[in-house]
Order: sequence, then structure tokens, then C-alpha cells
Amino acid sequence: MAKLNMVEAINLALREEMERDNRVVVLGEDVGREGGVFRVTDGLQEKFGADRVIDTPLAESGIVGTALGMALYGLLPVAEIQFDGFLYPCLDQITNHIGRMRNRSRGRFICPLVIRVPYGGGIHAPEHHSESPEAILAHTPGIKVVTPSTPYEAKGLLLSSIRGHDPVLFLEPKRIYRAIREEVPEGDYTIPLGKARLVQEGKDVTIIAWGAMVREVLNAAEQLRGDKIEAEVIDLRTISPMDVEAIVTSIRKTGRGVIVHEAPKTCGLGAEIIALINEKALLSLQAPIERVTGFDIPVPLAKSEHYYLPNSKRIIMAIKKVISF
Amino acid sequence: MGLFEDYHPLKGKTFQILKPDGTLQPDSKPPISDQEIFHLYQKMLFIRLADQRALILQRQGRMGTYAPIWGQEACQVGSAAVLQKGDWVFPAFRELGATLMMGIPLKTIFLYWMGNEEGSRASEDVNVLPVSIPVGTHPLHAVGLGWAARLKGDAIVTIAYFGDGATSKGDFHEAMNFAGVFKTPTIFFCQNNQYAISVPRSIQTASKTIAQKAMAYGFDGIQIDGNDLFAVLVATKEAVEKARSGGGPTLIEGVTFRFGPHTTADDPTKYRKDEEIEPWKPLDPMIRLRLYLKEKDLWSEEVEQRFTEEAQKDIDQVVKDAEAVPAPGVEEIFKYVYAEMTSSLKEQLAYLKTTL
Repeated sequence: MAKLNMVEAINLALREEMERDNRVVVLGEDVGREGGVFRVTDGLQEKFGADRVIDTPLAESGIVGTALGMALYGLLPVAEIQFDGFLYPCLDQITNHIGRMRNRSRGRFICPLVIRVPYGGGIHAPEHHSESPEAILAHTPGIKVVTPSTPYEAKGLLLSSIRGHDPVLFLEPKRIYRAIREEVPEGDYTIPLGKARLVQEGKDVTIIAWGAMVREVLNAAEQLRGDKIEAEVIDLRTISPMDVEAIVTSIRKTGRGVIVHEAPKTCGLGAEIIALINEKALLSLQAPIERVTGFDIPVPLAKSEHYYLPNSKRIIMAIKKVISF
Repeated sequence: MGLFEDYHPLKGKTFQILKPDGTLQPDSKPPISDQEIFHLYQKMLFIRLADQRALILQRQGRMGTYAPIWGQEACQVGSAAVLQKGDWVFPAFRELGATLMMGIPLKTIFLYWMGNEEGSRASEDVNVLPVSIPVGTHPLHAVGLGWAARLKGDAIVTIAYFGDGATSKGDFHEAMNFAGVFKTPTIFFCQNNQYAISVPRSIQTASKTIAQKAMAYGFDGIQIDGNDLFAVLVATKEAVEKARSGGGPTLIEGVTFRFGPHTTADDPTKYRKDEEIEPWKPLDPMIRLRLYLKEKDLWSEEVEQRFTEEAQKDIDQVVKDAEAVPAPGVEEIFKYVYAEMTSSLKEQLAYLKTTL
């Protein structure tokens, strides 16, 4: 079995799905000739032609608005928005149309499409290239929000996203695009949306993360073994709809929790998760839940980005705080 | 020379066949038979009566905010009349006429404005999207769908209706640009009714015409008299045939006038003087058709009165039927959000039920 990084795994998923189902089309800026700025769609236009791997004009709202129209007609568009910061012009189309089409037409019109977005910081990119907009998206009814944390996960989750009947925002943690290599099988396998992954079991504390932060969390958990702290790690995988059951089950077991996300703290998903835990498992808690997050500031440029991004040191401090409470 | 060359927007001409006095422009002929014209006139009259009824219902508190089409009947009936069953219509929110023509029942339209989502459910064989309220956002959908059809090799066309205000929006320009680049079979039908709520056409754009915007995107545009049913029929037919045979998109600017308010929530006397409305009154799309049909012995005061009485009875029944539709059950607001209801939605629904 080949060891692939996340870019290669997503490329493989698209390639196989386009072969299997001719309704799948890829569109976006630079996805064709260039194969995407991160090379995620590398070689696809050569293989499937310019009618199925479409270089579009530079207009994000146009890309997702036309993808909606394509989906109405029965195609399965996989649109790429080049960087997280350029997703914002699409929010009108996403919130006002894509997320509502099924509901407002009472199921007569549906637009199952996938919008892939490389997201998050940590690659020393220019401004507007390091955003984590998952909470905005999770606050939007009618769409699903998915983010993989490894190459294997990326392929299985993307295939489920393309095959599902709802629109999906597929957030790809660009920081780990090439940082992890693992075995990714060729051929069909899917990972269901809405189900979290128990990455490692532990009895002392539950750590909840997604995307690139899962790797940071595992790094922190490894360092805590020396302190005889056994952390249970949950990778949410799907941010909306969230696997509340998995979170609550783990908190009931450990009684302690830390949530890690790159996005700003205020009204971030961490707040929502804490509220859910309070509703469903308050009496299991041995300590207040801690959040390790970005800050309520624009993501700093390269020289200061390390101040912003959660790292294993901050995660360890939070874990120790909840354990010693 | 073809129509779109003859009336190239930069030539500064507006395409018209039927003059306001009911006579034809020199060297012109009506595009359809007199019987067919009479038939479409009746559709326009029915639409005007239904539109007036909606206003009354709103004033009586029996309907929510409504956007009347009064004055724009020729634009909508003429353009929809040349579409075929498999074609797709993307309305804005002032398209009672076009959507009715395409097979959305009046009862369904009324249900929507009465506040029931069932009024956005087209039947399976009717390709009419729900009303699109965010101005100028839906032409992109018409372009995407037409593009998909082209990729599949299907000879359908898509038409997006919007007003002069929408042409200021970024999404409108992105839609025009994509349509030009990918030669999608799309008709951009702008009903330039002179006002976007209170803001006049002169403040929307410094372009001399809206039609000329098509030039920048590399395809045909034409300005037509939107109150002339014949001009609308001919121009739209030309655009539809071109699109169907792979010739790409067209922007049609139908010059018309919104006689009513933007919606029932606004008071046009605040921004529009009577002197401004007066010159438009004789240009009403119904008047010239009556004059034309009278000349052909197809229209008279009695014919009008008889038809009106029958139409009012039909509309009475529609109102009755729409008002008899029971309010949606609580499940309805949850069950169409996703293909399958998520567990958190199930939980929220269960909670809501305990409070009712």
C-alpha cells in the first residue's frame, strides 16, 4: 500500500471518484493546467479533460454560485476556493442559497456539492491565507462542515462528502498537507460524516480537536506520558453536524476536558462544545473545561504567527491545569 | 443583418414593433397570429388582476409583504411564452407573471407570499426555482445550470429575471463573465423598471444602457421596449434559439416601468412624483394590445368585462384554496434542512414540541 501525504490522498480520492462517476466535475481557480496552487488537482485535467476539470475566472462567489447551478442539474461539483481568506465572498451564496435550497423548495431542488478550502495557519503565508472559518460555517444551517486530520482520513471523508446528498464545506488543514505520510489504500473506502474518531484512549482527560490541531494534541499527549497522564484524544472530523455523543461519552469517562482550535476564542466552536457538555454531562465534570485557541485578533503575519497558533506547550499547560484543579 | 447586429446597444436604438398607439412600426409584422396575441393578452390581463388581488390581500392582512409586477406584464409573458417545457427559469421576487406562465399555479405563488414554504415547491415537471430575494445573486445559478446542461449535451436554455438594481451587484457581473467565457445557454432578462426601491436607474449605473454591459463580456445585448409584447417575444425567441443552438448568452434589457410600489412595505410617493409617472401611463403594455386587438375585432369593452369577471371568479377560488391550506406542522421547518435530519435537529424538534 502506498504511503501518501494529504495532498496525494485527496488527489487520489478525486481521481478515483471521477473515474467511477462521470457526474463529478472539479472547478476553481488554477485547478486545471496548474493542478491547483497546492497541486491537489495535479494531473486531473490531463486525465479527464478541460470540461471536467475546469479553470474558472478569478471570482469566488461565481465559482460556488455556478457550482450550485451545476448541482441543481445533477452534476456533482467539487469546487476549490484557493485559500480560506477568499471564502468570504462566497458566504452570500453559501448561506443564502446553498444551505437553504433543499429547505426552501421543500426538497424539490437540492444542491449536493463540495467546496474544498485549504485552511488554517502555520505555513508562513501572506495575509488572508491563514484563516479558520469553521465556526462561521457551523453556524450556517443546511451545510455540513468536514475537516480531515490525516491523509487516510482525507480520502475517506472526501468520498463521503462527494457521495452525500447535502452540500459540504471540506476544510483542508494546509499546514499538514505534506507533513504526514501514511498508508492510504487505493480503491473504495468511506468514512461516515458526523462521526468523530477516537484517536487514542485515555482515562485522565479528554482532548477535543480537529484538522491540523490533532497532530499538536498527539504531540502534547505523548509528552505527558512521562507524567503518567493518559489523555483521550477525539478528532471531531465533522464539525457540523457534530458527534455530540462521542464528546459526552468521553467526558463522562474522564471528567475533564480541553478543546483545541486555531480559530479565535470568542464564539469559537470550543464555546459550543462546552455548552453541550454542560447540558449533557455537567455532573461528570471534575474541573472547568479549558480552551486552547487562537486569539480574537487577525492571524498575525509570519514573524508573529507562533504567538497565535496553539502549540504543544499551551496544550500541556491546559491539560495540567484541568488535572490539578 | 440579424436582430442583435441591427440593435447593437452602442447604436443607441431600442427595439420596438408595436407602438403605444397600437399600430406597427414600419416594415414590421406581428410575430404570432392574432389569435395567439389575444391569448397572451388574456394571460397578461389575468396576471394583472392576480397581482392587484395580491395587493388587496396584503392590505387586508391576509398576505405578507408582496412585490407587485404592475406594468411589467409584457416583459414576463412575452419572454416566458417562447420557452419550452425543459427550460429553466430563475426568478427574482417580482415574477408572478413569468412563473405562472411556466406552470407554477397561482395558488402556489399566493401560498409563498402568505408565508408558507410550500409556495416554493415547484412540481417535478416544472423547472422554476423559488423566488430569489438577495438581489442579483441568482443569475449565477442560471449560468451554472446552463453550463452543466451544455457539458451534458442537452439543448436546454436557462433564463434569469432581475431588475436594474441587480446590475450593480458583483454576482451579476460574475454571472455575466462566466456566461461569456463558457458560452452558457443563458438569457439574462433585465426588467429595467427604472427604480430599485427608491433609487432611480440614473444612480444605479453611469452606462447609457444596461444592454451595453453585455459588450464587455463578449456577447449580445439588446435594449427593447419592455412594454411591447411583440418586441419581447421576438428578442427573447432570437436569444433562446441562439442559446439552444450553442450560440451562448444574451442580455436583454426590457425598458419598462413599475407602476406600483417596490413592495407593499414601501410608499413610492416619498421618492417618485406624479409628473414622473404620467408619461408612462400611455405606454402601459395592455393599452397598445387592446388598441391592436380592437382593430382586429378581437377586443371590446364587453370582451374585457366578461373575461375580467371570469378571471375574478377563478382568482376568488384560488384565494379560497390557498387560505384553506393548513399551516405547516412543526416537523416541516426541520425536515428539509438536510437529506436526513441530524441528531441535534431531532433534539431541537423534540424540545420545541414539548413547549407547544
